[in-house]
Amino acid sequence: MTVQYNPESPASTGADGVEAELLGFLEGHTHSAWEPETDLFQEGGLSSLFAMQLVVHLEKSYGIAIRGTDLRLDNFRTVTRMAALVRRLRETQSDGRHG
Amino acid sequence: MSSTPPEPPDPPAADAASHALTVLGAGVMGVGITALALGHGLPVHLVDTDRQRLDRARDRISDELRLAQLLGALPPGTVPGQLSTGTDAAAAAGATAVIEAITESADLKAGLLAEVSALVRPGTPLITNTSSIPVEELAGAVDRPAELIGTHFMNPPYLIRTVEVIRGPRTGGRTMSAVLSLLAALRREAVVVRDAPGFVTSRILHPMINDAARVVQQGTATAEAVDALMQGCLGHPTGPLRTADLIGLDNLVDSLRVLHERTGDEGCRPCDLLLTLVREGRCGRKTGSGFYNYR
Ligand SMILES: NC(=O)c1ccc[n+]([C@@H]2O[C@H](COP(=O)([O-])OP(=O)(O)OC[C@H]3O[C@@H](n4cnc5c(N)ncnc54)[C@H](O)[C@@H]3O)[C@@H](O)[C@H]2O)c1
Repeated sequence: MTVQYNPESPASTGADGVEAELLGFLEGHTHSAWEPETDLFQEGGLSSLFAMQLVVHLEKSYGIAIRGTDLRLDNFRTVTRMAALVRRLRETQSDGRHG
Repeated sequence: MSSTPPEPPDPPAADAASHALTVLGAGVMGVGITALALGHGLPVHLVDTDRQRLDRARDRISDELRLAQLLGALPPGTVPGQLSTGTDAAAAAGATAVIEAITESADLKAGLLAEVSALVRPGTPLITNTSSIPVEELAGAVDRPAELIGTHFMNPPYLIRTVEVIRGPRTGGRTMSAVLSLLAALRREAVVVRDAPGFVTSRILHPMINDAARVVQQGTATAEAVDALMQGCLGHPTGPLRTADLIGLDNLVDSLRVLHERTGDEGCRPCDLLLTLVREGRCGRKTGSGFYNYR
């Protein structure tokens, strides 16, 4: 039996585990469970200073640099959006590094 | 009448590069004001007598700039201004405006403003960011009192759009308009008030915070409960004690003392709990703990 990769599986089960890791990070820091699509700041009431902690966490954990127009709150609103940002920057920034 | 020359054209829009600020004091406010100015494209020379503070300030400023950008508080597409730092206030000689944000002590401020006033080009606005010391009290120390004015940026300056501006009895009209155009270049909205101990915001906020601390001291409620009530029932944005931690409790005690000495209002005498926290080095966010823990 082989486990089939289901391309329709929701982003929360992203094969690289970014969403799962971020949900764990959030739970560890806020002591409550989060959904991948919850707006952390509007619905979740997290502070803007916490947003900065998320930026630092993403940079350290995924070896990316978040700069310029990528550094805006909208990119950090939900776990899904953060994961998308991580994937995009990992791709472009590793491209850059390897020429 | 016919000989009246035509009105000159409007001056060009304030160009960020035409400013060269010197900020005195690299503490909570000096760092915040510097970040605000750099983020709006203005160059800043930052001065502090404490070399270690100055070294830490660079990292703190770049953190604050990132936070400001994250929160959309900076004008998009602006090239940040250049930052330079030093321990000698003599560097203020070439500034287009000087913003003083050192420790809240009338003697320290008078001494430094006198020194700087003797160095700058006549006509350069000297802006004190004091919380509570009347501008007129400091005006006695400077060479040209018309050049001294108060502004009251609040922490963090890039998120708080409104700035209290204090016009002392001797503040000149040219200083006034130069400062208003500087604030416009920083996209701040000025509310001009008259001179008095604590002006408007500190005169109201600081005794209120002192009362909030006293309520905790008397055991009526925890800091969390006080803030929750002030937020939830009275619409205060963060609660007075979280605000106190953001201001810095040492600075708050200094400001309350200035107010108490000058108004005689017993409500401004810093309460024991504030004094104890400061004695223990728990000055709020900047030291990692105060009414709350930040570590
Ligand atoms: N903290 C706030 O929220 C707030 C808000 C509005 C206004 N203010 C006012 O702004 C001023 C600065 O407050 P702060 O909270 O940044 O204080 P702070 O204690 O964080 O920093 C003060 C800095 O001034 C430096 N300094 C002292 N004497 C000096 C001198 N002669 N030359 C150069 N540097 C010197 C100190 O080394 C220190 O780094 C005070 O007048 C305060 O009342 C503070």
